[in-house]
Amino acid sequence: MTGVGRFYGSTIGKKIVMAVSGVVWVGYVVVHMSGNLLAYVGPSAINDWAAFLKSTLPLLWGTRILLVVALVVHIHAAYSLKQLDRLSRPVEYAKLQHPASTLASRAMGWGGVLLLVFLVYHILELTVGVVHPAFSHTDVYGNLVSYLSTWWIGLFYLVAMVALAGHLYHGVWSMFQTVGVTNPRYDRLRRTVATLVAIVVPVGFASIPLAILFGLMR
Amino acid sequence: MNLTLRVWRQEAAGTEGRMVTYPANDISPEMSFLEMLDVVNERLNDDGKEPIAFDSDCREGICGMCSLMINGQPHGPMKGTATCQLHMRTFQDGDTIVIEPWRAKAFPVVRDLVVDRSAFDRVIEAGGFISVSTGGVPDANEILIPKDTADTSMDAASCIGCGACVAACPNASAMLFTAAKVTHLGVLPQGKLERHRRALNLVAQMDIEGFGGCTNYGECHAACPKEIPLDTIARLNRDYLLASVSSPEI
Amino acid sequence: MEFDAKIPDGPLADKWQRYQFDMKLVNPANKRKHKVIVVGSGLAGASAAATMAELGYRVQCLCFQDSSRRAHSIAAQGGINAAKNYQNDGDSVYRLFYDTIKGGDFRGREANTYRLAEISVAIIDQCVAQGVPFAREYGGLLDNRSFGGAQVSRTFYARGQTGQQLLLGAYQALARQVGRGAVEMFPRTEMLDIIVIDGRARGVVVRDLVTGAVRSHLGDAVVLATGGYSNVFYLSTNALGCNVTATWRAYKRGAAFANPCYTQIHPTCIPVEGDYQSKLTLMSESLRNDGRVWVPAAQGDTRASADIPESERDYYLERKYPSFGNLAPRDISSRAAKEVTDEGRGVGKNGLGVYLDFADAIARLGRDTIEERYGNLFEMYNRITDENPYSVPMRIFPAPHYTMGGLWVDYNLMSTLPGLHIIGEANFSDHGANRLGASALMQGLADGYFIIPSTMGDYLARTPLDPIASDHPAVQKTEADVGRRTQRLLDVNGTRSADSFHRELGRLMWDKCGMARNDAGLREALERIPEIRAEFWRDVRVLGSAASFNQALEKAGRVADFLEFSELMCRDALERTESCGGHFREEYQTAEGEATRDDEHFAHVAAWEYSGADSSPIRHIEPLAFENVDLAVRSYK
Ligand SMILES: Cc1cc2nc3c(=O)[nH]c(=O)nc-3n(C[C@H](O)[C@H](O)[C@H](O)COP(=O)(O)OP(=O)(O)OC[C@H]3O[C@@H](n4cnc5c(N)ncnc54)[C@H](O)[C@@H]3O)c2cc1C
Ligand code: HEM
Ligand code: HEM
Ligand code: SF4
Ligand code: F3S
Ligand code: FES
Repeated sequence: MTGVGRFYGSTIGKKIVMAVSGVVWVGYVVVHMSGNLLAYVGPSAINDWAAFLKSTLPLLWGTRILLVVALVVHIHAAYSLKQLDRLSRPVEYAKLQHPASTLASRAMGWGGVLLLVFLVYHILELTVGVVHPAFSHTDVYGNLVSYLSTWWIGLFYLVAMVALAGHLYHGVWSMFQTVGVTNPRYDRLRRTVATLVAIVVPVGFASIPLAILFGLMR
Repeated sequence: MNLTLRVWRQEAAGTEGRMVTYPANDISPEMSFLEMLDVVNERLNDDGKEPIAFDSDCREGICGMCSLMINGQPHGPMKGTATCQLHMRTFQDGDTIVIEPWRAKAFPVVRDLVVDRSAFDRVIEAGGFISVSTGGVPDANEILIPKDTADTSMDAASCIGCGACVAACPNASAMLFTAAKVTHLGVLPQGKLERHRRALNLVAQMDIEGFGGCTNYGECHAACPKEIPLDTIARLNRDYLLASVSSPEI
Repeated sequence: MEFDAKIPDGPLADKWQRYQFDMKLVNPANKRKHKVIVVGSGLAGASAAATMAELGYRVQCLCFQDSSRRAHSIAAQGGINAAKNYQNDGDSVYRLFYDTIKGGDFRGREANTYRLAEISVAIIDQCVAQGVPFAREYGGLLDNRSFGGAQVSRTFYARGQTGQQLLLGAYQALARQVGRGAVEMFPRTEMLDIIVIDGRARGVVVRDLVTGAVRSHLGDAVVLATGGYSNVFYLSTNALGCNVTATWRAYKRGAAFANPCYTQIHPTCIPVEGDYQSKLTLMSESLRNDGRVWVPAAQGDTRASADIPESERDYYLERKYPSFGNLAPRDISSRAAKEVTDEGRGVGKNGLGVYLDFADAIARLGRDTIEERYGNLFEMYNRITDENPYSVPMRIFPAPHYTMGGLWVDYNLMSTLPGLHIIGEANFSDHGANRLGASALMQGLADGYFIIPSTMGDYLARTPLDPIASDHPAVQKTEADVGRRTQRLLDVNGTRSADSFHRELGRLMWDKCGMARNDAGLREALERIPEIRAEFWRDVRVLGSAASFNQALEKAGRVADFLEFSELMCRDALERTESCGGHFREEYQTAEGEATRDDEHFAHVAAWEYSGADSSPIRHIEPLAFENVDLAVRSYK
């Protein structure tokens, strides 16, 4: 097996692919979250921003394609690694302790799955607009307020953000290890960056459904 | 002190195994964990029961032969110690102790608590060496090596090949073991030349043996009797990445 | 039986070169046709197997551990000697040679010892090239320390794990050849007999420790690198699996056993706690560079060490040996420790210990320096004893550690059984009656990397060897013998475990044939051993079957051989009516208790020939000629 094939065929290769595709998504959620905060400025602000994003088609579709590709390989790599990991220990321990690993790290799989479910629903609801009868392609703000004010939808969003927080908390730290940042000098920096991202992004996102649920945004 | 042991018994590879309970009474706290098992075995022998099979040789934490999962932790609760260095004073009178073999597809059980770790040897055979033959080498002081480089190498080289990293890893991954060898040799001027080939070959063999991938859980480092640093794993990832992009066939 | 050591003539310094020039070479095209079987994968075995495979021979290598990397060599802590003179402190090949001969109390072979010193230099180069991470100075050069009574700094080390790092070097070289298919490695395989055909060793019979299957490995020559027999004492610093089985079987097939009574007792080990104890742990000798050894001046003084005032302490090594003090050689400091404890001045629960005190060193150099030098050793001690050596003195006591005796070999490292070569601790060759610290690793690697690969070629080139069919009667018979012996152990089906017999034998050997020996004691032991042996074959209980993984069975087999070998050891000790190196006969000492050699009658190697189960072995003599050194009285006062 040569080059690319061998690389993606190996556990480390897959892992590196996950890290890179992960970064793409990390970048996206940071931007996306910031964009969402415009909702506080007012309906027009976020709507204009959305309009601007959709105005330049190359940018729009370029990003969408990049995101989809990244997500597909990310999930494929994650899935095949998990399969491998399951096979690698046919007989389970009667007693096993996890003194070192974080809950977040062990929740990557299920957290990821939850994120996937969320994404699919999320896009159908707010981008494609097939979930609810009333959907406006221009009034993003209106969509948000009308949908998320339903308590269980809002709650679902909040739960997804918890999953995201966990995923980022381990993921962003883990990325550095995966791409081979060895210098111990940066060990603490890695942890800090990951923790910050894992707090700021989900909280930023979550603030909106919360604001809507508590009627601060209408 | 009086203890209860729950021990994995298995006739041979491929046969059904099960947990069996044994009393371990009037045990002295000065005993090492393996000496406690010796005593239990001596008594089993007296009762005409076959003793519990477990590996050990040096009994001072250097050969890497001993390999017991004790209460869900490889080599037991103490940090930076091998099973043979664990003493009974770390347990309480009346404790129940669960003892299992390393569990991994790549480490099939041979009998009871004894497993086959030859997968590790095959990983080393795939390139865990510097390709020099005996004779015709330069004087030992010809190539200077910075002290801290030698120390980094030594830190990684102290791996005893026990397999606790695999036993502890939720994925049964052999990353820490492989990374330790790649680091030991890769940082030295003598070993740098083959760095990329070594990374590619070791990882390829590691995967063939059926070890899992690394999710960076960090359990391996916590279980490692020689506390091999996690940085070594990052270094292996980097060497592998560089080797892959620089390798001729794409 | 002839004892031609085949030492090349000419001046000492030229012998090895001359030998290499005179030896016959195997045509490279023919090397693949030759197969060599190496038993053991320690420093000696692994380096030999790897190097011979590099040269083009086909090699099969076996060991009883689950991996060749776990051989007992891995446990060596202190370091390895080499006459590099990097420190410019007046070291030289000749000085290393002289120190080794003198350290061996003039009971070693000049030519072999000189060759060892000569080769030591190349060993370090080789190991560094393999990636052995020896300790270095900030300038990037290799660091050295002085070790075990040497007055020059010629010891190379890798933290407290020198043996481990050297073995990993050899293991990796071996793995490289296994990967190439040049070496076939057989772990978890125990050698139980030698196959002799037309008076030559042509293979070994082994038991597969996993399946229990008995099978043969046939070849053109056999190399034994199976280590030492310190475990005859049951408690020793050796790994649990170390045994005399391989060499003992060879002895019974015609290889003479030389100087079995030469055993080394290491002065700095952690004392015995209780009778469940399975092994003794060595504390590196380097501790003696800064620690001071003492016991209470008064008998039966049970006060805590801190409560004993300076004036009531006896720093006996400093008192008796002013010039060497706490660094006196192993045999001397071990015996001194025995004396004081025999006088009832020992410390610890059972009075079998002396203090190794770092209080002064800590006061002088500061805790940090001490921690930097011995941190890992202190930690190890604390882990085992639960005492903190920074605040209370360590308790240490001598323990069996190394065996200078072994199968007799000539200059080619070939035993008296043609085709059977012995390397490493398993042979008797280079250390005389006592081994200097950091010289065993050196010898193992000299034998394996540099000597046997040459001498083996010479043997194969000179010897006509026709191939052997696996159904050759001798093969079948030897396999049958092994099968029967193994089954016998199971058939006894008595009441006692093999371990209990081993413990009993060990205690007897420690008392009667340990640090100090005397005529009466040895005769008593020679009475007892056959009784214990008979008891063993009447009452041992080994459960399970021969056709499976059965550790009790392995153990029983080894104990059975110790029960035979120990008799030869006592016999040798009884016959050697002098004190030299590791062999101390209480009858032969000066007024101040110094060992007295008898060069007139005993400047020779005693090599024992097996003469059947029910007739006593024959003692042969290889006189030792000292042409380059004069036999000085070894004084460390
Ligand atoms: C605790 C300790 C510390 C030491 N420190 C030092 C030191 O600092 N410096 C120094 O120079 N020396 C030191 N020594 C001595 C030195 O380590 C040994 O003498 C040397 O390593 C022996 O190497 P070897 O290759 O001859 O045998 P070993 O390393 O003992 O190897 C024996 C091999 O033979 C195999 N084997 C044995 N019997 C059989 C059988 N029946 N069938 C199949 N295989 C068999 C084993 O599996 C093993 O692979 C130390 C020794 C001890 C115990
Ligand atoms: C939507 C479906 C997703 C799934 C199923 C999923 C699954 C996973 C899994 C299982 C891992 C751990 C893999 C391993 O180390 O073995 C992982 C790692 C990671 N994921 Fe995701 N994930 C998803 C989405 C995302 C998203 C949206 C982001 C970014 C916001 C992301 C960022 C990361 C990062 C950065 C890593 C770390 C990679 C590494 O450890 O090097 N993932 N993902
Ligand atoms: C409470 C949190 C969130 C809110 C309020 C929110 C809001 C929105 C809105 C309003 C849109 C439609 C924008 C438009 O049509 O122009 C959208 C699209 C999208 N969101 Fe979110 N989002 C949230 C969380 C997330 C998360 C966590 C992810 C990823 C893991 C995500 C990924 C996407 C994607 C991929 C799109 C489609 C973008 C496109 O049109 O290509 N969102 N989101
Ligand atoms: S890395 Fe640690 S745990 Fe893994 S084999 Fe080496 S010493 Fe054992
Ligand atoms: S525990 Fe396993 S996941 Fe990686 S960091 Fe260690 S190998
Ligand atoms: S028995 Fe050797 S490391 Fe435990």
